[in-house]
Amino acid sequence: MSRDRRPLTETVVQDKTAFMVRREHRLISFLFILGLFGVWELIARLGLVSPLFLPAPSAILVTGYKMILSGEVFHHIGASLWRIFWGFSCAVIIGTFVGVLLGFFSVAESIGNPIIASTYPIPKIAILPLLILWLGIGEYSKITVIGLGVFFPMVINVYTGVRNADPVLIKAAISLGSNPQRIILKVILPSALPMIFAGLKLGIGIALLLVVAAEMIAADAGIGFLILTSADLMQTTKLMFGISLLSMLGLIFSWLIDRLEKLCIPWKK
Amino acid sequence: MRVVIENISKTFEDGTGEHIEALRDINLSNEENEFLVVVGPSGCGKSTLLNIVAGLLPATSGKVVFEGIPDESRPHTAVVFQEFALFPWRTVERNVVYGPEERGLPRKERQEIARYYIDLVGLTGFEKKYPHQLSGGMKQRVSIARALANDPWLLLMDEPFSALDAQTRTIMQGELSQIYEKTQKSVLYITHNIQEAVFLGDRVAVLSRRPGRVERIIPIDLPRPREEHIMLEPKFLSYVDQIWQHIRGQAMEALTEEKP
Repeated sequence: MSRDRRPLTETVVQDKTAFMVRREHRLISFLFILGLFGVWELIARLGLVSPLFLPAPSAILVTGYKMILSGEVFHHIGASLWRIFWGFSCAVIIGTFVGVLLGFFSVAESIGNPIIASTYPIPKIAILPLLILWLGIGEYSKITVIGLGVFFPMVINVYTGVRNADPVLIKAAISLGSNPQRIILKVILPSALPMIFAGLKLGIGIALLLVVAAEMIAADAGIGFLILTSADLMQTTKLMFGISLLSMLGLIFSWLIDRLEKLCIPWKK
Repeated sequence: MRVVIENISKTFEDGTGEHIEALRDINLSNEENEFLVVVGPSGCGKSTLLNIVAGLLPATSGKVVFEGIPDESRPHTAVVFQEFALFPWRTVERNVVYGPEERGLPRKERQEIARYYIDLVGLTGFEKKYPHQLSGGMKQRVSIARALANDPWLLLMDEPFSALDAQTRTIMQGELSQIYEKTQKSVLYITHNIQEAVFLGDRVAVLSRRPGRVERIIPIDLPRPREEHIMLEPKFLSYVDQIWQHIRGQAMEALTEEKP
């Protein structure tokens, strides 16, 4: 075969992975959402669906604006946030503590794990009537049910984080003179931080769910109360504004936790 | 200060309840300021031995004695691990001061210690970096600085350069040799690399395969400071060959034997 012989055809090699490149389509996602609201508005304006069932987005906004002006909305948000705050923060502190205990001490693990495994699957809202019976209809029963809901994902995540702490890091700490208490503080807890944050993210969603559920069962204020009473009075715009409040709260919470995570875990790539 | 390893034996129990004898009657001593290298084929229990000396693993029988330590203010050992074992949430500087922090030294002194040892391993300027921002060779330098910063009587090194590429490894061997000559620490060094053992060691203890026993102890009569080019000298090569002849057959066995 001579060297200068030309090939009969020429095929240029193509990048076969091109379809896997993921781009951000910000404009598309913005336009799509805008379009969705536009269609919704149009359906409502044309009277295709009764506003009793589907009020226009603009009507929801106006209602929301009025509620902000009158201060009514802050009353409800405040009540819900207060319950979430206490339930969530108590559960995070206790859950982290118990998680470390279970992960580090084998006796605690043998006692705690079966209890947690058997109580974790219970839907927490099912315990609320019992809690009301024990703690009364006021704030304690609501805070406790939120706390219970957040406690489990915290314990389970922290426990997993502690158990997965790199043994060679613990050995390194021992060889540098750390005692067990110091190892928990200086090696185990930082190792478990990413899992702690995973627990916080799960927990805050559950807290939002449970606060609404609890407020629907027995309350005189709160976003859950707002939604339920609006539905009873067929005030659909108010009801839908209540729902959008929950969406916004959820977004704000996860944004806050993401920021906190970046702050607390600067070594994460 | 002298470290004496007396009749150390270690038997493990594996998952099926079978007993595996990892070490049998190890007798070794680490003289003052001596760089002692333990070399052996894979499965000779050399890392087990290091862990026992570090107090990270109990021996089945025998004991490790530190002779002639005037007071207990300094730690007996500090370990440099093959996996670096740096705390990922601590910067270079904060990793290095971990030991002094645990010993409760005042902040000012800790900072001075950090500056000195970071400079010693050539990482000045990287104090504020996190481990994940460093290359393997740099990580291991941090780990060496961290161990030295705790001022142990005996520095333990468990195959510290095994995870590095061959070029980085050669450079790090040279640097470690310089650091040793400068600090005059007693070192117990574990490796499976014979060239490395001869290049670094004052004496090389050759361990046999499972159960690990001290097969021979070979004094390495090469002048210090040692630099890379001694690896080409006939005397160096004859040491390497001598050790290889001891290990060769057993390394072949290790290659063909099924995992226990």
